[in-house]
Amino acid sequence: MAKKSKSPDSSTPASSPPAKVNRSVSNQATREKTLGKILELGKSVSKSALAETDPFVDVPSRTMSNTSYNEVRRLLQMGDATLRRNLFNTGQARKFMQMVLLSKGCKDLLEAQKTLSLRGMYYMSLHTIAGTKEKTFDDQEESDGILEDIEVAIATLRENLHLFAKKRGTMVGNITVVDNGDSIDCRRMGTGGYAIPSICEPSVVQFGKCDAKFVLHVEKDTVWSRFNEDRFWEKHNCILTEGSGQPPRGVRRLLYRLNKELGLPVYCLLDCDPWGHYIYSVIKQGSINLAFESERMAIPDAKYLGIRSGDFVRCELSDDVKISLNDRDIERAKQIAEYPWFIKKKHWQKEIQLMLRNGFKMEVESLITKDISYVTETYVPERLKAKDWID
Amino acid sequence: MDASQQTDSKKSSPRRRGATAEEMSEKQREISVSEFFAKNRHLLGFDNPRKALMTAVKEAVDNALDACEEACIMPHIYIELLQRSETRFKVTIRDNGPGIVRKQIENIFGRLLYGSKFHRLKMSRGQQGIGISAAGMYGLMTTGQPVLIISKTSKKKPSVEVLLKMDTSKNRADVVSETEHPEDDGLFPDGHGTQVSIELEGRYQQGRQSVDEYLDQTAIANPHAHFTYVNPSNETIEFKRGTNELPPEATEILPHPKGIELGTLIQMIERTERTQIGGFLQEEFSRVSPSVSKDICERAGITGRTWVKQIGHKEAEAIYKAIQEARIMSPSTDCLVPIGTKALLSGLLKEVKAEFFTACTRPADVYRGNPFLIEVGLAFGGELPKDELIRVIRFANRVPLLYQQAACASFKAVLETSWKNYGISQSRGSLPDGPVVVMVHMASVWVPFTSESKEAIADYDEIRKEMKLALQEVGRKLGIYLRRRQRMRNEGERRSIFERYIGEIAQATASITGTSAKKIYESLLRVAKRKTEEADAVLNDEGKRVRDSDPFGKDDSVVILPGRVAIAQADSDDDSSDDSDEGSKKSASGTAKTLFGDDDAPSKKPRTRKKA
Ligand SMILES: Nc1ncnc2c1ncn2[C@@H]1O[C@H](COP(=O)(O)OP(=O)(O)OP(=O)(O)O)[C@@H](O)[C@H]1O
Ligand SMILES: [Mg+2]
Repeated sequence: MAKKSKSPDSSTPASSPPAKVNRSVSNQATREKTLGKILELGKSVSKSALAETDPFVDVPSRTMSNTSYNEVRRLLQMGDATLRRNLFNTGQARKFMQMVLLSKGCKDLLEAQKTLSLRGMYYMSLHTIAGTKEKTFDDQEESDGILEDIEVAIATLRENLHLFAKKRGTMVGNITVVDNGDSIDCRRMGTGGYAIPSICEPSVVQFGKCDAKFVLHVEKDTVWSRFNEDRFWEKHNCILTEGSGQPPRGVRRLLYRLNKELGLPVYCLLDCDPWGHYIYSVIKQGSINLAFESERMAIPDAKYLGIRSGDFVRCELSDDVKISLNDRDIERAKQIAEYPWFIKKKHWQKEIQLMLRNGFKMEVESLITKDISYVTETYVPERLKAKDWID
Repeated sequence: MDASQQTDSKKSSPRRRGATAEEMSEKQREISVSEFFAKNRHLLGFDNPRKALMTAVKEAVDNALDACEEACIMPHIYIELLQRSETRFKVTIRDNGPGIVRKQIENIFGRLLYGSKFHRLKMSRGQQGIGISAAGMYGLMTTGQPVLIISKTSKKKPSVEVLLKMDTSKNRADVVSETEHPEDDGLFPDGHGTQVSIELEGRYQQGRQSVDEYLDQTAIANPHAHFTYVNPSNETIEFKRGTNELPPEATEILPHPKGIELGTLIQMIERTERTQIGGFLQEEFSRVSPSVSKDICERAGITGRTWVKQIGHKEAEAIYKAIQEARIMSPSTDCLVPIGTKALLSGLLKEVKAEFFTACTRPADVYRGNPFLIEVGLAFGGELPKDELIRVIRFANRVPLLYQQAACASFKAVLETSWKNYGISQSRGSLPDGPVVVMVHMASVWVPFTSESKEAIADYDEIRKEMKLALQEVGRKLGIYLRRRQRMRNEGERRSIFERYIGEIAQATASITGTSAKKIYESLLRVAKRKTEEADAVLNDEGKRVRDSDPFGKDDSVVILPGRVAIAQADSDDDSSDDSDEGSKKSASGTAKTLFGDDDAPSKKPRTRKKA
């Protein structure tokens, strides 16, 4: 994937597939801009060091309290609150060191014009600090957290730092994409589907011929396989995606672009539980954690198709499919109901209240108790036809 | 028996008949003390082979120290354990004391309850006149070998060597052989001294309650003595002196009236050479002035002129009662020679690898008319084990007490002290735990032991109270030190944290910006130094007492070895507490992350499958 590009600046228009194979990981302008930001961070550190003062980096705070919902744009936005991270503070010194260390790692990566997984970056910066038994990172989680801090601190995106997460998510459907120069026909992906890359920036993935009229996004690959086997995307002329639970950034970015650039509506088929509701919320409004990315990922028009609390009665499901809500579920459900983007929506309030009243949750698979293909042949087509969804 | 049954057939069913008084009288005779103790050797500390070996060494070494001090000689004592077989040893102890005159050798080493220390009130290690002869007797009983004594009393006289065999039935010793050594046997370079060798059944095992532990602790309480110890593996261990000052000689005192029991009073009245009771009281007791004597007599309904001969049991009891009621000054306490905080500290310093030392000597007090004083030493940290109960080492007149800890007043006093107040954790009813050695010393003209084997101090209220006061005093100092150490540690940690990361930061920054890594490093180092100046000032001069803002100022009872503090610190680097706003290792994402997990983290959907 990480091949060196001969002409790094040439990026192809999204609509037409390129004649010449373009295998650039990012365009030069973006790269130089990102490099400039890292240099700025470095300079601020060396400047305060040479002036013999306490070096610091301001990291925008990624907490709920610093996240607000923009009602006009219908997405989550990060506020202005920042946390100052100082070197000469015992609780922050290590993190400060890690930030500088990873910044340097990203700089090397950008200069080499290669990409690396988060894990790869963790290993690249992992070593024992000279004269101690202490490692620069305890685990990848520590490094991942710092990389997110860097993203927000220098106001860039992970993709621009040439980093990607573990690949998760699959796609099939009436569309051809060009991935790093290779044309991929998503109508001919067999049972496995096209693995959605972690970086779905236009510089890497471009859209080719697309006949699909909408996108159906399902929560996990078991359900996705059912739809694929039943050739749902063919019958209903759509694109079928799956995000292995909480969709990773690559999947969200791709959904966003399908929606934005190709104008395809996005329908979600998720479990009837707080987790499913949260996934929908993230797809629609963005995540609290990564609110700074909402603008390029949130799909305010995404619809929630199901399954819903009322389906237990409506679809005449058996008691066997009930899974009791635990205390944590109840607590989460109440939290979600309070989200500013849900609080004014009667349907959502009703939906969550009903789930709480029911006292149980249901998985999409519960529809299989009706019939193996009930979900693909009856449930989804009926809902789509009746425009029966919640927004 | 048969005969008696025949003669005594009147009673209904007398299958057996008891012996008559006459018959019994044939068997009634004096039991010699030595016979008694031969049968009850556990009373003297010879209950098992391992303990017996330690006790034999202890009796001889205690005597050697007593003799040297009484003769104002800096003790140098040689101890050798020669292993003959698994369970057989030859124990030899040689001192550079005054030696023993020839005619006393049989008595000292052959008779129990023969000694110079029982009939006087003077602080010394031995007090009963049993110790060394009991050791010899035990040796003879278990191996059949006589005791060998070599003694030299002056440069001019040759040393005499006597082989002694004790006759327990007579509490006497028979001389097996007697020879004179040539001038230059090399045993007594000082020209005088005593050597005792005893063959005995024993078992050698290091660790708690061993000969080695006895010697370790003796060295702590007697820093003025030099010990040369050759152990059964033929290794020589030197316990060097910690001080070159001989402790001042203890003075002898008369008994105090309040410490006398009725029986002893009657005995003293029977034995006195005084003729009148007033003279008896004034001359044979301490703190009895003519007016006190008058007061006692009046209360007892007699006069000072009453003849001693006329005092019967009734009068003696009246006098005894009067003594209890009368106001009598406490005995003088200058007869006590404390080890002293300075010597205590030097003893602890050379034998205990700790970082903090403190000691305290209490003013003298009185129990049952006997003056006594309590001293406590405490060592903390350094190489002492961290996860164990604290160690209490006990001494009476500078002699370590290795057995019967739980029965000892000092142990109870340690239990009753609230160590939590001083930063040491303690669960109810048990010893506190932590890297601490507490040493408790009781000095007295008569130490009230719970048994003849001198293993535990009896639990008098006055004694325990003094012990607790002393423990509280050292405890308070430990508390001050621990709080201060915590503060220093925080400072020190701060500095080391910064220094640890500065190298990494300098390199990475240099690689981003192209500025010289060395320059950045040096600048940051200067900032780090400045930011932690306070900690620097305290930690830099290792091995010396902490100077700046030292809470102990010129307190001579405290010694701190910062060099050992550093060792302890390196071990516990990890359990430092964080004092920042971002304590945990989470990133700035905070609450959102804990609630819903990271978008990119593998999706784990926590679920419990339970049917409704
Ligand atoms: N190494 C020695 N040098 C000089 N005198 C000694 C030595 N060992 C013993 N003595 C004398 O012998 C006496 C008897 O000693 P022994 O150990 O039997 O009794 P003790 O020390 O008086 O009392 P305890 O039974 O409490 O030990 C002592 O009181 C002392 O006068
Ligand atoms: Mg003795």
